[in-house]
Amino acid sequence: MLYNSRMSETDPRLIRLAPEDNVLVAARRIESGEVLRVDGSDVTLAKTLPLGFKVAARAIAAGEKILKYGAPLGSASQAIAIGEVVHGHNLRSDYIPSYDRDGEGAFKG
Amino acid sequence: MSEFPEISAYLRADGRKGIRNIVAVCYLVECARHVSSEIALRFRGDDVHVVGFPGCYPNAYGWEMMRRLATHPNVGAVLLVSLGCEGFNRQALEEAVAASGRPVSTLVIQQTGGTLATIEAGAAWVGETLSKIAEAPRAPMAASELVVGTICGGSDATSGITANPAMGRAFDLLIADGGAGIFEEPGELIGCEGFMAERAVTPGLADEILACMDKTERYYRTMGHSSFAPGNAEGGLTTIEEKSLGAYAKSGRSAISGLLKPGDVPPAGGLYLLDVIPDGEPRFGFPNINDNAEIAELIACGSHMVLFSTGRGSVVGSALAPVIKVCANPDTYRNLTGDMDVDAGRILEGRATLDEVGAQIYALIGRVAGGQRSVSESLGHREFILGYKSFEPIGPACLPLAS
Repeated sequence: MLYNSRMSETDPRLIRLAPEDNVLVAARRIESGEVLRVDGSDVTLAKTLPLGFKVAARAIAAGEKILKYGAPLGSASQAIAIGEVVHGHNLRSDYIPSYDRDGEGAFKG
Repeated sequence: MSEFPEISAYLRADGRKGIRNIVAVCYLVECARHVSSEIALRFRGDDVHVVGFPGCYPNAYGWEMMRRLATHPNVGAVLLVSLGCEGFNRQALEEAVAASGRPVSTLVIQQTGGTLATIEAGAAWVGETLSKIAEAPRAPMAASELVVGTICGGSDATSGITANPAMGRAFDLLIADGGAGIFEEPGELIGCEGFMAERAVTPGLADEILACMDKTERYYRTMGHSSFAPGNAEGGLTTIEEKSLGAYAKSGRSAISGLLKPGDVPPAGGLYLLDVIPDGEPRFGFPNINDNAEIAELIACGSHMVLFSTGRGSVVGSALAPVIKVCANPDTYRNLTGDMDVDAGRILEGRATLDEVGAQIYALIGRVAGGQRSVSESLGHREFILGYKSFEPIGPACLPLAS
């Protein structure tokens, strides 16, 4: 079910898939430099957010679980600010690393 | 409960019902594939499909897969094409097909005079057989007799938000009507083991699912990385857990009735998890080297058709069973409209709800079962791949509801 628990406080282009999630999903492409309303705060997007990509719904400490669909995607490998893009550079699997086209190297986002 | 259409199925001698009436041309080693393909090419407009096992050395899994595929309810007749010196037990396969009541013939290239003579002999047999099986007996088929597989391929971050949960809703409708749904694969369900165990119909089945998932994680660790392609990351997925949670949505909300391995046919309606991860020490490489390896296994388990969700935009179909493409990403749909059956990206753009797309997919299952060609089927996609694996048989706790 798609819904925003705090609809007026969060940009409608961002989807919160479960109430306990600490990341939001882009329902459409959002360009670099745009100002996003995230849980009551204004955040300027540092780089373009393609459709389906994630941003932090709040400040996340290094080592904290990243939650989407109400379930863990892995752990933050560094501190993440509210509104920051969450991808391979700051999120690591708790199971098996992802990889990139170079072959064996872990995916860095 | 639904407006499922009346289906006139092909009634096979073993009592199973098919939604297509295909002549399967089976190569029993790669060396016989060209001859098999040339035979099928003579019948481009007909349902003459090529499948086969490429290896020269025998493999129990490969043999069982070929037996299940050659006796699949969508198959009306079988031509086996052997080079002659390969290890595949062609006689046992011919006997199994004959015992299922299907017309079957074997051509051995080394005994038939080589490439051209075998192509001519094979084409002559297929031509005669096509007219013979056109008279195959028909019988009405209900939704409760359908087996549908589901897979995701070319996933991106939209797959788990639109297409997969919509297919899950279609599965819920199918299973409520008494049909069987099969989802997979454990390598793309890593992180969901606890959720799946909770949905198992018995504690014994829950233990089997957890053991399967332990095996899966060990297997992929040995291979060196998870089932996660660079394109998944380019599409916004970061970890295997994230890909898995999206893939898991394909299973819908029904209880999990059983755990199958390739070639196990669901004994009744309900939702089944397909374990495609080889047992024992990893020996033959990655469990499935691409989506079609999984599709072939879903079909070997009796799937009459396969629902395939894609975000990045896979274009494949399959031999032997129609593949229905559900496109998760609205941009991909606009780019690849001619390859897609369903535009689930409408959900992201507020033009449809998950329930509406789920009902649309279920209605399409009915029409494809009734003979309508899926898009990949009408484009002539008949991909097929089969490799080496090894499995132990499933234990009794895997099918607790079977009598």
